[in-house]
Amino acid sequence: MKSDLAAGDARRVLYQLVLIRGFEESVLKLVSDGSIRGTTHPYVGQEAVAVGACLALRADDWVISTHRGHGHLLAKGGDPNRLMAELFGKATGYGGGKGGTQHMADFAVGHLGSNGITGGGIPIGTGAALSAQMRGSGQVVVVFFGDGAANQGTFHESLNLAALWHLPVVYVCENNLYAMSTAVRDACAIEHIAERASAYGMPGVQVDGMNVFAVAAAVRTAVDRARAGRGPSLIECKTYRFLGHSKSDQRVYRSRDEESAWRARDPIPRLRATMLERGLASAAEIDAITREALAAVESAVEFARLSPFPEAQALTEGVFVEGTG
Amino acid sequence: MMRELTYWQALQEALREAMTRDPTVFVMGEDIGEYGGAFGVTRGLLADFGPQRIRCTPISEAAIVGAAIGAAITGMRPVVEIMFMDFVTLAMDQLANHAAKLRYMYGPQVRVPLVVRTPAGGGRCYGATHSQSLEAWFLHVPGLKVVAPATPTDAKGLLAAAILDDNPVLCVEHKLLYATSGTVSADAPALPIGRAAVRRAGTDVSLVTYSYYVGVALEAAEQLAIGGIAAEVIDLRTLAPLDTETVLASVRKTGRLVCIEEGTRTGGVGAEVAARVAELAYEYLDAPIRRIAAADVPVPFSPPLEQADLPTREDIVLVVRELMERA
Repeated sequence: MKSDLAAGDARRVLYQLVLIRGFEESVLKLVSDGSIRGTTHPYVGQEAVAVGACLALRADDWVISTHRGHGHLLAKGGDPNRLMAELFGKATGYGGGKGGTQHMADFAVGHLGSNGITGGGIPIGTGAALSAQMRGSGQVVVVFFGDGAANQGTFHESLNLAALWHLPVVYVCENNLYAMSTAVRDACAIEHIAERASAYGMPGVQVDGMNVFAVAAAVRTAVDRARAGRGPSLIECKTYRFLGHSKSDQRVYRSRDEESAWRARDPIPRLRATMLERGLASAAEIDAITREALAAVESAVEFARLSPFPEAQALTEGVFVEGTG
Repeated sequence: MMRELTYWQALQEALREAMTRDPTVFVMGEDIGEYGGAFGVTRGLLADFGPQRIRCTPISEAAIVGAAIGAAITGMRPVVEIMFMDFVTLAMDQLANHAAKLRYMYGPQVRVPLVVRTPAGGGRCYGATHSQSLEAWFLHVPGLKVVAPATPTDAKGLLAAAILDDNPVLCVEHKLLYATSGTVSADAPALPIGRAAVRRAGTDVSLVTYSYYVGVALEAAEQLAIGGIAAEVIDLRTLAPLDTETVLASVRKTGRLVCIEEGTRTGGVGAEVAARVAELAYEYLDAPIRRIAAADVPVPFSPPLEQADLPTREDIVLVVRELMERA
């Protein structure tokens, strides 16, 4: 943890970590009991990446998310109510219920969309960075993606393009060791995805993805560089999803010992311990922050349950922007 | 003021006017700078608008289209050139899964004012991966508009409309049309997307086509007129959304429908037009609907084989005569 850690930062970070953890655990229950249909890709275990990266961003900076995207939206300041309502398929959700778990955005908080196609968002985030550069807005884009997406052509094409044009973008690879069931060692010919950065002429760093402040520090360095017009960076966050890929995953491809070792690095108890040690918050304050975050999750579930489903006419509405061209 | 312009000049004029009017419009693609694009549409634009707005890219179609989507959803109006329509396969995920769907999935906060221009068609002996007419694929992806201009006036008007449109629009150009010319009004407004044009009025048969085959159908109609057959030629101009009403009005009058296209037959544009007419105007038909299209094979290189593959004026004349004899 950074020695200059401020109490305010720590409290905000703890709130967000617990919010995302609580949200995802709640979603899993709701999927199991049938309240939420379809599937979900839980972010449990990886929270430090989203929270750390967003800590290094301005409110008007942009992020691009993935299929495992609830955490990115919450970390960027998204509304848990509208997010939960979207998962329920309700009219009050981010996309009026039409997008679902893998497809939502909140442009007002700088979230340009999650994405059900592995690697599909990488060039889109690159283009948002091009837009920021052309308009001289000073905005920076963080593109989140996983180790699996790093093997898509879009990854290679986009990093080359971004380096070529010095685009203000930070590629944040969440290497959680598995692309669904395929271990990164069985899918990637080199051990560290960050090493690929040198092939595109940009800095590449590995960082402890279980440590919010390590992630934030690395992203801040890359963001400063991008904002100064010095181009993109690749940051590989070594992390782990504590749960399966999606609701049906029995995790036959990895050992319980491996899972335990990673769970011992859980960012939430680590942060609580640090806060106590450094006197950044009392045990009572930490409990209060935790209760507050979990209450926000409860409210979101309540909001989603009480919200109406979309009307039938919504089916054919909103494919196109009407009245232009 | 009317001037004589080629099809490529008309397209370029639409680009120039849009870029002059709106600083958010820019062009991306392979070899579109000094080289001017594989078919010359952007020649001279780099000198006039500079490398920030005439952006030469690496050969990375998925990233080019994906980046254009990212720019479009954040306030820019990119126009992408895909050098040959065959290469659009490399950007298919970005077009079909992202450009087409973001608005529906994310809601009204998102607009995707993206234009993708691309040359289609054979007749130049470029072989199977540089000659295809793949536009029918895009009719099957809700959320995309597809225009396919046949004349310089339409090329300018439809590209101008595509750039003004807040939705993703695919502009299908034809390699054999770039050098053709026609009179184009200097101050013509953008043409509305989604409206077909009756290019020649007739009472006996409706020839429904678009792009390069409008000219071929008009030649066939001329030849048929000598034999006393009055063919009506409908230029669809926009393939998505299809102007069903104009087609139906024509078929209600003529009672006969021939759909003509350069793409392969199965699942083609003509199949969709035929299905709509069969559903909505069956009782007006005096003869079976006929389709004229390329064979269900890759486009062959060998000149006589390519000629045998692509529809011709004679094919149209023959099919129409068969239909007339049935009556």
